[in-house]
Amino acid sequence: MSILENAKQTVQGAAQAAMKKAIALAPDSWLPGGQPDPLIRQQHGLIGAPVSRLDGPLKVRGQAPFAAEFPLDGMVYAAIAFSAVAKGRIAALDLAAAEAAPGVVLVMTHANTPRLQPMPLFLTAEKAAGGDDLPVMQDDRIHWNGQPIAVVLAETQEQADHASSLIRATYEAEPATIAFAEAKAQGTEPGQFMGQPLKLEKGDAEAALAASPVSVDATYVTPRHNHNPIEPHAATLAWDGDRLLLHDASQAVAHTAWSLAQVFGIEEKQVRVTSPFVGGGFGSKTLWQHQVLGAAAAKLAGRPVRIALSREGMHRMIGGRTLTEQRVAIGAQPDGRFEAIIHTGTVAMTRHNALPEPFILPTRSAYAAGSLKLDVEVAYMDMLANTFMRAPGEAVGTFALECAIDELAAKLGMDPVELRIRNEPERDPVEGTPFSARHIVEAWRAGAERFGWSRRNPTPGAVRDGEWLVGLGCATATYPYYRMPGGAARLTLTRDGRVRVEIAAHEMGMGTATAQSQVVAERLGLPLEAVSFAYGDSSLPGVVLAGGSQQTAAIGAAVAAAHRVLVAELLQLAGNDSPLAGLKPEEVGGLDGGLAGLEEPARRESYASILARAGREAVVAEASAPPPLETQHWSMHSHGAMFCEARVNRITGEPRISRFLGSMDCGRILNAKTAASQFRGGIIMGLGLALMEETQFDERKGRIMNPSLAEYHVPVHMDVPEIDVIWTDIPDPHAPMGARGVGEIGITGTGAAVANAIFNATGRRVRDLPITLDKLL
Amino acid sequence: MPMRINGAEAALPPDPRVSLLDLLRETLHLHGTKKGCNQGACGACTVLLDGERILSCLTLAVQCEGRSVTTIEGLGGEQGLHPLQEAFIEHDAFQCGYCTPGQICSAVGMAAELRRGVPSLVTADLDAPGIAPDPAELRERMSGNLCRCGSHNGIIAAIAAHCAGAAE
Repeated sequence: MSILENAKQTVQGAAQAAMKKAIALAPDSWLPGGQPDPLIRQQHGLIGAPVSRLDGPLKVRGQAPFAAEFPLDGMVYAAIAFSAVAKGRIAALDLAAAEAAPGVVLVMTHANTPRLQPMPLFLTAEKAAGGDDLPVMQDDRIHWNGQPIAVVLAETQEQADHASSLIRATYEAEPATIAFAEAKAQGTEPGQFMGQPLKLEKGDAEAALAASPVSVDATYVTPRHNHNPIEPHAATLAWDGDRLLLHDASQAVAHTAWSLAQVFGIEEKQVRVTSPFVGGGFGSKTLWQHQVLGAAAAKLAGRPVRIALSREGMHRMIGGRTLTEQRVAIGAQPDGRFEAIIHTGTVAMTRHNALPEPFILPTRSAYAAGSLKLDVEVAYMDMLANTFMRAPGEAVGTFALECAIDELAAKLGMDPVELRIRNEPERDPVEGTPFSARHIVEAWRAGAERFGWSRRNPTPGAVRDGEWLVGLGCATATYPYYRMPGGAARLTLTRDGRVRVEIAAHEMGMGTATAQSQVVAERLGLPLEAVSFAYGDSSLPGVVLAGGSQQTAAIGAAVAAAHRVLVAELLQLAGNDSPLAGLKPEEVGGLDGGLAGLEEPARRESYASILARAGREAVVAEASAPPPLETQHWSMHSHGAMFCEARVNRITGEPRISRFLGSMDCGRILNAKTAASQFRGGIIMGLGLALMEETQFDERKGRIMNPSLAEYHVPVHMDVPEIDVIWTDIPDPHAPMGARGVGEIGITGTGAAVANAIFNATGRRVRDLPITLDKLL
Repeated sequence: MPMRINGAEAALPPDPRVSLLDLLRETLHLHGTKKGCNQGACGACTVLLDGERILSCLTLAVQCEGRSVTTIEGLGGEQGLHPLQEAFIEHDAFQCGYCTPGQICSAVGMAAELRRGVPSLVTADLDAPGIAPDPAELRERMSGNLCRCGSHNGIIAAIAAHCAGAAE
């Protein structure tokens, strides 16, 4: 990042700080969420019901269309050739054999790619979606090992793949920074995240640590990770004149449409992005160079293009989670009270991406401590841009923090659950704001009871079962409530008592359409069958990222806003002849297919009757959600108490997970079935983080060495025990529907719970992930 | 001799490099069979070849001459869903749905292996005529089908419920 950019961010940061203070001090009633969502009062009905996925029948038949499954007339297939050096320039590209190969329509390189603007880098503008801001095949420069250097279009995928293999590149390589130690030696810079420095000091933590009667101080290391959704990144796209239609695998359709418009110098409305189904994203399915290259090649060739990445291609050009090296030191009194928490360290990133893995985020709000010192430093490397992956920051930050707490508990001779409860803060430890709803202690108590925590033997290595050592461990899971600006929705209520919801949101497996249909049905007082939910299309209202576990809140707030408009319009149409006459919009809600007074439900008129009397077939209401100021007025976080039983083979060192429980506090649960799957999914990815996942980076060549699912190991059925999940289900009074997000929290805390269980089983403290058997021998 | 796909005749492709997976998806537009890795590591492309589960990405279409392929589209039939498809919905055995057709085809093939008494690493009694579909057997035998959303518990529960129902 340039000095200018740093200065700009600092100014933005100062303005934001002043605004933040004002919002923190404002009366509750001024804020979104100041009046609890009326839906919170309804304790029975569709909200929380374990409704099976509405798209289930489509998915089990294989009929749900994914991005690489839209056939277009005259479509050609793309294949990509990748750089084999980390830095330098392309000296020569021999394309003759590729161009002469059967079926080839176009070979595109930096020599003939149309002039393009770089992708707007994610988080640098409201709708910026780019994973990097490098020139996309505009010159001969190489920025990372694996950068696209040519795109081949051919009549079939086989022809494109073969022709691409015939391209011969020679490079003038330049010295590259591809070893982490070398990058650190060149000097680090403070990480900046969303305009704020990832640095914070409260009191003199180092002095407090030194003065503490009991302390721990250790370094934890986490490797690179790749999202590896089972559906590879793909786009099927076509130009119609200067209008672009792109069927994408996307968790950001509106962002992608706007960003592609910037790249090609056209109007936002000239780009339409659809993404009805996404085969897993986890943070990876934003805008990367392949969509840009596919669209550029389609323009040159005058043909629609399918650009579907190979599994190797995903590892070459879709960024993952970067590595971290974290120091956690905690100083405590003999009774366990924390005097100091220090959480500092270094991450690797490039100069062309937006995410210094913010591992200190969980430490900002998790515990009370007399003093705090938090700092993320960045070391710059010549590599593929890293990016957001499920719980960026928290997933790896909680590994270090929660292992350190376990180490401290062992030193104090205290139960690790009690140690955590003893350090519960009363207000947000950094911001000083009140908590919106924090019930982690209830979650700890319920979880400990259900898991049988009291039967744990605190002495490491003491429990044996044949050749297996058995141990129990726990950790806190934590993830913030986010709601990003830009949410908007359109409701169309028809005289037959049906409602259509339209919003540019996403379904990547979270169960969005199902849970939100339940909410809308409940809000309008309609049966579930009367609701249809349209999403996954940038031409619909709203800018809604499926990220930060915020989509539920973003949709909820947007629909609530549109609902208020709808109700006002309906009351106006109902007029003075209605039992509703005289009631204000905030005094009525949906009930049994109509509107009714919240306090006087007998005053009710059906939607059909209101519309018929007004001579209307339908009412359309569209509105934007208010800005998400609630997060600056209250400290809003979800939590979980994670419990793990690990078994380690005394002879081979093999670690296995035999039991796991997540006891969650995430506000109101909207669908018990799909939410349980989200929790389990996060926990299982956390088991991968703990035991097997590592993107291996060759520090001699800067190349990823295991770009396949055969060598990048994710948990398989044999690795996954029955995972128990329970939740407090206590609504958050300041969140739409009382619900905070559930998509990411499962991966947080899990790595530490596993490591702590392995310590309890073996007495071995492994501080570098993944915990493979060689580290336990 | 052509092959049969879900009962209908299908011509072999002129290009011998075409995998069964790409023939299904790109020529026949049977997109239910998914491409996850195209190198036999993820199981998303699993189909049944003469009733046995195979990876269609590692199978050349021309190898299937004269043989019978069943894909996810051919499991349910006209009447509706296959009982295993129903069980997947009931047990929330998927989230994004991308690995799902492969999991289901794989489970159908696996259930037949259990009935035939084909042993696995975790089978205790190698002489038993049929093998009980207990969770350890199911997990071992389904481990070639990756799921990244983390629906493993639901998948095993759905298969176990289906096997139990089929045995009644």
